[in-house]
Amino acid sequence: MRSAKTLVFCLCLVPALVLVWDSVTGGLSVNPIEDITHRTGDWSLRLLLVTLAVTPFRWLTGWNEVVRYRRMLGLFTFWYASLHFSTYIVFDHFFDLRSITDDVVERKYVTAGFLGFVLMLPLAVTSTQGWIRRLGRRWSMLHRLVYVAAVAGVIHFLWLVKLETSEPLIYAAVLLGLFLVRVVRRMLRRSAGHRVSSGQTPATP
Amino acid sequence: MLIKQAPDIPSSQITPENLYWNRRSFIRAASGAALGIAGTATFGGTAGDLLAAPQSDLTDLRQSQFSTADAPNSYDEITSYNNFYEFGLQKEDPKRYAEELSIEPWSVRVEGHMNKPAANYTLEDILAPHPLEERIYRLRCVEAWSMIVPWVGFPLGDLLKRFEPTSRAKFVKFETLVRPEEFRGQRARNLQYPYVEGLRMDEAMNPLAILAVGLYGKTLLNQNGAPIRLVVPWKYGFKSIKSIVKIEFVEEEPRNTWNIAIPNEYGFYANVNPEVDHPRWSQASERRIGEFFRQRTQMFNGYGYQVASMYDGMDLAERY
Repeated sequence: MRSAKTLVFCLCLVPALVLVWDSVTGGLSVNPIEDITHRTGDWSLRLLLVTLAVTPFRWLTGWNEVVRYRRMLGLFTFWYASLHFSTYIVFDHFFDLRSITDDVVERKYVTAGFLGFVLMLPLAVTSTQGWIRRLGRRWSMLHRLVYVAAVAGVIHFLWLVKLETSEPLIYAAVLLGLFLVRVVRRMLRRSAGHRVSSGQTPATP
Repeated sequence: MLIKQAPDIPSSQITPENLYWNRRSFIRAASGAALGIAGTATFGGTAGDLLAAPQSDLTDLRQSQFSTADAPNSYDEITSYNNFYEFGLQKEDPKRYAEELSIEPWSVRVEGHMNKPAANYTLEDILAPHPLEERIYRLRCVEAWSMIVPWVGFPLGDLLKRFEPTSRAKFVKFETLVRPEEFRGQRARNLQYPYVEGLRMDEAMNPLAILAVGLYGKTLLNQNGAPIRLVVPWKYGFKSIKSIVKIEFVEEEPRNTWNIAIPNEYGFYANVNPEVDHPRWSQASERRIGEFFRQRTQMFNGYGYQVASMYDGMDLAERY
């Protein structure tokens, strides 16, 4: 339903709105750039995990329509990641290409983060119906990159914390779980002799 | 009533007036804390702040040639953004849980290779002979942010000399309080406690190294390492150990807590050095709290003129 999609859209916006609100009302710490970077990164990862949870959720509940929200969730993931990346480009480096390149090459956590972001670019671009049609079966293959982006994102987080590894490890555990669900399902289907079906919505990568 | 004549006191033992008032204000602050009574003079805080954090003015402070002319960060910035894992891992935890720690009574044990006997000292005893000065220092965290902090303290070397360290005293080792019932981070065991730090003897005697008891002319809040802490401004902030309960003269280089936690990332010397990166991030720049854009990190945090000679011939990439 239209209104349900609008609701999900608004919910996805909430973290950004809260961030703006906190920024203008002094709700951020005395290191606001750090807070903005951290929060946008956090929400990018969380929405990525939610996006990856859509298909397992559909398998579990048999509710096929939930796939309709997947694109919106994926694009919001990319949007938060773009905000995160922009904050870094502007406030950490002020557009200094050389120092950015230095970071990407030298600091492994930046390498991982940059990789994750770059991998999401083709996914965002090809998210439209037009591209789904144009690419056909190859669309699913391309969008498997989301798994690599997810792993890169979690590793990026893990590599940048000083000691507080509990948060990134939780994301890692959730991601692992979402992978396991897919792996187990595929194994079960193979052993039962089923074939992968194709329908109106693109086959699940 | 006849007041008996006190025996002659050598003038060297008569407390100079400024020290007298410093000590009175310090004791007032300490006992005020014990009784939960708000200290004198606010610092623009609310009544709630006063009751929550009894403090006292530290008056008659000397100024120091070692202070930077740059503007210090605000009191709010310095007291609300802290790495003090004994209170928790988030920057806001030390301020949030500061009230759980009680710092009265406090004693500092001094022991090790020294001529004076090992003993426990009250803060009063520690501070007695030392006029307090204001030292406005840069503080550079290993995480690559920094602040400018107007500390109140006195040179560490002046304290250490009182105990007459012997030739076997090659290093000074410091320990923070262990009190898990008040330091919730110690219950979570996020680091190995007690928090340990150390300095080579020449570093400890360097005039820049101070023991700080105040900030912005008032006694320290718990989140800043009350009641007494070390400040070594040419090293990363984790070397500036807080809430000190033990000072020991030792022969071997002490294993400091961050070196124990992650040895390939944090060393003993931890000199601020833009040319030696942390394994995972660069140390070439820093974010000064209050500024939007990063700035270049200076060698020895800009204190090279005073400390560089101690490291002549030392490979700073190896002895990080």
